Amino acid sequence: MSQIFGRGANTAARIALPSLVIVPVLILATLIFFRWTDYVTGEDRIVDQPVAFSHRHHTSEVGIDCRYCHTSVTEEASAGLPPTKTCMTCHSRLWSEEEMLQPIRTSWVTGERLRWNRVHDLPDHVYFNHSTHVTNGVACTQCHGPVGDMRLIGQEAPLTMGWCLDCHRDPGPNLSPPEEIFAPMPTRRAKIDAAAIHALLRDYDIEAGNLTDCTTCHR
Amino acid sequence: MSEAYIPDARPGAITADVADPILKRGPGRIWWICLVVSLALTGLMVVSLVVLVTGGIGIWGINTSNVWGFALVHYVWWIGIGNAGTLISAMLLLTRQHWRTSINRFAEAMTLFAACIAGLFPIFHLGRPWLFYWLVPYPNTLGLVPQWRSPLVWDFFAIASYILFSLMFWYTGAIPDFATMRDRAKGKIAQIAYGILALGWRGSARHWKIWQSYYGAMAAMGVPLVVSVHSVVGMDYAAGIAPGWNVSIYPPYFVVGAMFSGFAVVVVLAAIFRRALNAAHMITDRHFDVMGKILLTGSLIMTVSYATEWFYAWYSGEHAEQRVVADQLWGDFWPIYWAMLLGNCIFPQLYWIPKMRTNLTATILIAIGINFGMWFERVVITVIPPARGFLPSQWSFYWPTFWDWSLFLGTLGFFTLLFTLFLRVIPAISAHEMKEHLGEEKRT
Repeated sequence: MSQIFGRGANTAARIALPSLVIVPVLILATLIFFRWTDYVTGEDRIVDQPVAFSHRHHTSEVGIDCRYCHTSVTEEASAGLPPTKTCMTCHSRLWSEEEMLQPIRTSWVTGERLRWNRVHDLPDHVYFNHSTHVTNGVACTQCHGPVGDMRLIGQEAPLTMGWCLDCHRDPGPNLSPPEEIFAPMPTRRAKIDAAAIHALLRDYDIEAGNLTDCTTCHR
Repeated sequence: MSEAYIPDARPGAITADVADPILKRGPGRIWWICLVVSLALTGLMVVSLVVLVTGGIGIWGINTSNVWGFALVHYVWWIGIGNAGTLISAMLLLTRQHWRTSINRFAEAMTLFAACIAGLFPIFHLGRPWLFYWLVPYPNTLGLVPQWRSPLVWDFFAIASYILFSLMFWYTGAIPDFATMRDRAKGKIAQIAYGILALGWRGSARHWKIWQSYYGAMAAMGVPLVVSVHSVVGMDYAAGIAPGWNVSIYPPYFVVGAMFSGFAVVVVLAAIFRRALNAAHMITDRHFDVMGKILLTGSLIMTVSYATEWFYAWYSGEHAEQRVVADQLWGDFWPIYWAMLLGNCIFPQLYWIPKMRTNLTATILIAIGINFGMWFERVVITVIPPARGFLPSQWSFYWPTFWDWSLFLGTLGFFTLLFTLFLRVIPAISAHEMKEHLGEEKRT
């Protein structure tokens, strides 16, 4: 009876058998790792907008408060996007011939609103509420990053559930006192002060235990 | 009853009896009929699953009280059937019950197929089955681990480890037989396929020594698994708060019930294979005799378990528990409950009569009766407690819909399909283990 397998069969088996375990593990590890990449999370992504609006210029340099445009941030779930009228409070006089601002003037004349593109897009099954956060010690820059230094707004955080939970599980170190909430740049603290954290948690009446209930964010 | 468990034959004859139906003889007409029918039913299963995934689990008869329905009924029924294979392989191997060699190979195949089918039900009941991997504690961007208090997670670990173990144990046991098939095969493709499966087995003394210690060690690991897998399934219920579920007897009672239903299927399959493979000298009347005794023991333990449940209901003084038992025995649910008692407790008493154990027709009928009885038991357990909970306002009955039935029928077809294919590819009887014990009975 002739041999069924050639000389290389043993080597092939020695490679194939461990591969039965190693290859699936590697594939799974790659898929798992892939979920953390910016490609999936959208972190550091900059979205094209109808007008190249500079948050850095309007906040840090000019000194306009966040709430001047995002009017509902302290009251509602959505921070709100300004109508063209808000832009025209200044730009009907200022840079009124500027080519860059042509879409705003067109919108003003036609009444057709500007169609800004969403940068921070949470899944629909997450009920994120801006007012709850900003009235309870979470500064704008905590999630949106140093807006006062962004010429074009980008997605600063990965916006994964794990990222949300990092704070929901331990909110204390991420809290700011009321006067710093709407600052365009994050306040630099020398060191994390346990007493200050405790005071903030007490003042905002935050009980960290129930922030990780499913129904806090999902309904 | 003078017949032996192991045929009085030369080793070569055993090899031929096991290998030739696959390598030399064609499939035959009955095989083709089985294949076509089971393929059609498998198609029904696929259609049912597609409709389920597109339509959502609302196409089943489930409602807010009966959230599980047939999905849990059939999950438990199938995994119960899947329990006996490993029991036969592992426990009977360690206790040196040599009669197992005639039935262990296909009993293990039965375990594997049934466990895989069982796993389908909870996964598809998720509604979004493609997210089943959330049951695995893997590093994820959600920052979450599975809910360890959820029986669904326990099930996942129990079933996954059981399937993996069954597959490896089954394969390990078949390696020497794959080598035999490789050596006897004439076609090049068969030689290569069996050759790969045989992993270079040459049958040297060293091979046998390694194989035996490995197989024995696996068997030792398998015995706790047999107990654990169905204990976990039992705890799915015992952890529930509904009257009739919250009872500590569930894990042991489920293990016995699983062994009982699995052995009943083994009896039916053994009868079919004996006919299909023309193997009356390998699967003898004595095998049916001893399996009948095991089924009788199982039946008695089940009866005691049911009686214990009645006792618990009375002894607890809990009104809701007593109402559930009363509803089962003579209330709204009496038909399914008495069908269960008939199949599991009453008919198997016929096994006390030795002639019934060796009479093939009677044995098969009783075994099929046990499978019906165990199916009704799964319905009783799954459907009645949530339908008769603590709050009468939540009482609602569960009626299976067309898609409930079609999926069940489809899985039966899929099981048959897997077995039909198994018969043509893998030696259905463990020839090498049988040859090992040849002549032993004569010596003693």
